Amino acid sequence: MRKLLIWLPLLLFLGFFGLFASGLLHPDDRIITSKLVGKSLPAFALPPAASDRPPLANTQLATGKPRLLNIFASWCVPCAAEAPQLMALKQAGVEIDAIAIRDARPDVDAFLKRYGNPYARIGLDARSEVQIALGSSGVPESFVIDGQGRIAYQHVGDIRADDVPMILDRLRSAQ
Amino acid sequence: MIAEAGLAALWLAASLALLQLALAAIGLAGGKSELLGAVRPVAVAQGVLTAIAFALLITLFLRSDMSVLLVATNSHSMKPWLYKFAGTWGNHEGSMLLWVTVMGVAGAAVALFERALRRETHMATLGGQAAISLGFYAFLLFASNPFARIDPPPADGQGLNPLLQDPGLAFHPPTLYLGYVGLSVAFSFAVGALLTRQVDAAFARAMRPWVLGAWILLTLGITAGSYWAYYELGWGGWWFWDPVENASLMPWLAATALLHSVTVLATRDALRAWTVMLAVIAFSMSMVGTFLVRSGILTSVHAFAVDPQRGTFILALLGIYIGGALALFGWRVGAVREGAPFELVSRETMLVVNNLLLSVILGLVLIGTLYPLMTEAFGHKVSVGAPYFDRIAGPIALTLMIVMILGPLTRWRRDRMREVTRRIAVPLAVGTIVLVSLAILAWGTIGILPFLGLVIALAVAVGSVAPLWKRNLRRTPLFTWGMVIAHLGCAVSLAGMACDSAFTVEKLVAARPGDVVETAGWTLRFKQILPVAGDNWTALQADMEASRGGGEPVLMHPQSRFFASPPTTTTEAALLTRWNGQLYVVLGQEADAGRWQLRIWWKPFVTLIWFGGFLIALGGAMALIGRERRGWLLKWRARKAEEAFA
Repeated sequence: MRKLLIWLPLLLFLGFFGLFASGLLHPDDRIITSKLVGKSLPAFALPPAASDRPPLANTQLATGKPRLLNIFASWCVPCAAEAPQLMALKQAGVEIDAIAIRDARPDVDAFLKRYGNPYARIGLDARSEVQIALGSSGVPESFVIDGQGRIAYQHVGDIRADDVPMILDRLRSAQ
Repeated sequence: MIAEAGLAALWLAASLALLQLALAAIGLAGGKSELLGAVRPVAVAQGVLTAIAFALLITLFLRSDMSVLLVATNSHSMKPWLYKFAGTWGNHEGSMLLWVTVMGVAGAAVALFERALRRETHMATLGGQAAISLGFYAFLLFASNPFARIDPPPADGQGLNPLLQDPGLAFHPPTLYLGYVGLSVAFSFAVGALLTRQVDAAFARAMRPWVLGAWILLTLGITAGSYWAYYELGWGGWWFWDPVENASLMPWLAATALLHSVTVLATRDALRAWTVMLAVIAFSMSMVGTFLVRSGILTSVHAFAVDPQRGTFILALLGIYIGGALALFGWRVGAVREGAPFELVSRETMLVVNNLLLSVILGLVLIGTLYPLMTEAFGHKVSVGAPYFDRIAGPIALTLMIVMILGPLTRWRRDRMREVTRRIAVPLAVGTIVLVSLAILAWGTIGILPFLGLVIALAVAVGSVAPLWKRNLRRTPLFTWGMVIAHLGCAVSLAGMACDSAFTVEKLVAARPGDVVETAGWTLRFKQILPVAGDNWTALQADMEASRGGGEPVLMHPQSRFFASPPTTTTEAALLTRWNGQLYVVLGQEADAGRWQLRIWWKPFVTLIWFGGFLIALGGAMALIGRERRGWLLKWRARKAEEAFA
């Protein structure tokens, strides 16, 4: 009994050690994915966010053709870094719509003027309500929407140059 | 040149640590006492070199030498000098260097000043200290060199995390580190005593000041950290049960248990194996805490995560030192004889109960902290929040407080139940009166834990000063005063926590400049919102006037601060402290055009929490000075007596 007690701390420690080691070997993926992937978009109708683009509602995203829904903000630095990739996607024939989060129209105009405007429609989500409904946790994020208005894929963070072919693949398979 | 000199000093210190370990090991194993004679000077030289390396890193930060990678990534040329200074340890590499420096300096102090230990145990302790340091030197030199250069150097640097730009936090980590590392000394003592099989009262008396010192600093560090989280994070709470907070709480719990058991060992020569075990556990908790904070395997609001590769290094160190010490414990503790026996009704028993309760809390906090990690190993994701910890730790902590009343009023070795009951009559009566009157006044309006907390706090307050009853206060030893003050501090903190959770009033409004908000008897006039600029930030600041009753209005300025480098927003809460509580105002986001979110709390007696923490540390300091002074006096008298006879 006493023998067991003496070695018990070491045994417990070895257990913890194993736990720590497994925690290190399998790092937690911190990316929070939306519970809506595979489901239809929630209903929303947003006012326009830019002076020269129409507003956005969920009904306009079920057009029979896959599209990209980009969530961005003029105050977001990674969004500026993402802009060239969105332009490239647009050039590849992708239709892109956007939701601007907690933004103001003059700021969005200035942002688009500076970094280019790949968007067909832009809705203004002034209080992040639609963003939350979409299960998005930050900017930028992008959703691949299939022809029936369902979310086929969620991309958390900015789209990097090497992500572009993957996004195009996703769009093709969302047909 | 400064960076290269720092790196050279670090390498030299590391090689001296290796030499120190070799001298102690060969000297002890081979019985070569001429080798042992060199251990102490080597330890002192090692301590001096680490101090030099650290001083050089501080110099690099103060001079904003952007050609050093660490300075470039963690400092900014425009930063106020205090934060350049604090930036030295506000990052991974710098804080590891601080760790090694404190260990080196503490080792030098053990070499120079330790007189109570037997020579063999002393040398084994210094060897153990060098062995621990070596692991951390290796970590610094091979995995996180603080003196690495960057080419080409950037012009300005990236800055320090703005959350960390606060005078409180500039000095909070070093305080905690001193505490952690003080526990490493206790750990080395325990290892030394196991190696030389000399676990006894003399060993405990030698270890006690180190444990006490470490415990005082941990107490101060935790208290300061809690206050910092309270006013800087802007959420109005004082404890989040965040992994980083738990990382400092767990060593504190273990150190508190150790502090009490080492007193039993020093005074009564009992609890030998248990005390050694606790010394190992206390330092283990420091290392586990460091590992959890730095490996990034747990998510925390404090964002201090570093890459898993470094986590692996710390994990390896953890395995070697803690696993090694526990194996040594299993192997050698059989040789440690049981100490003096004691009766069931005695102060020893009370202290054993105290130790058990502290250990249970420690275990539950550890499980709660690691639970997300455990479930993740089985593919589930959960997070354990404050409700678990409050519900689990709260009742046990309250039970512990009751034992705290009983312990000091019970005699060593044996006592009579009837005598003990007589001595606790007054605290018991106070507790009952408060219980009944509170029950009549407030039953149903406050939760059960805050309710019991208030009752027990008042009983503990009376119980903790009871040992002074009928004593000549001027002749009462300083360490008894220390115990009284520290226990009183616990009562004061508990009262603050109970009042905060029972009586806090919260109000969330969206207000326009010109609006008047009323809450908890306060009238807040929201006058205007203005941009202001500081040293390295700009902010939106609300001007408000707070008044209560017919009193003079006081200006309050909650801010939402924006730091350019790195780009971050922080909230600066405005606090108005009164004798009976704090008014706490946070400026939130603009709700819609012209209306601003304001979060207002009135927190009655919340300041008692930190005042109590300060009292606990003060009590510890008094006990430390009292014991040490007594030791010196005794030695001095003995020497005088010897001289008189000679």
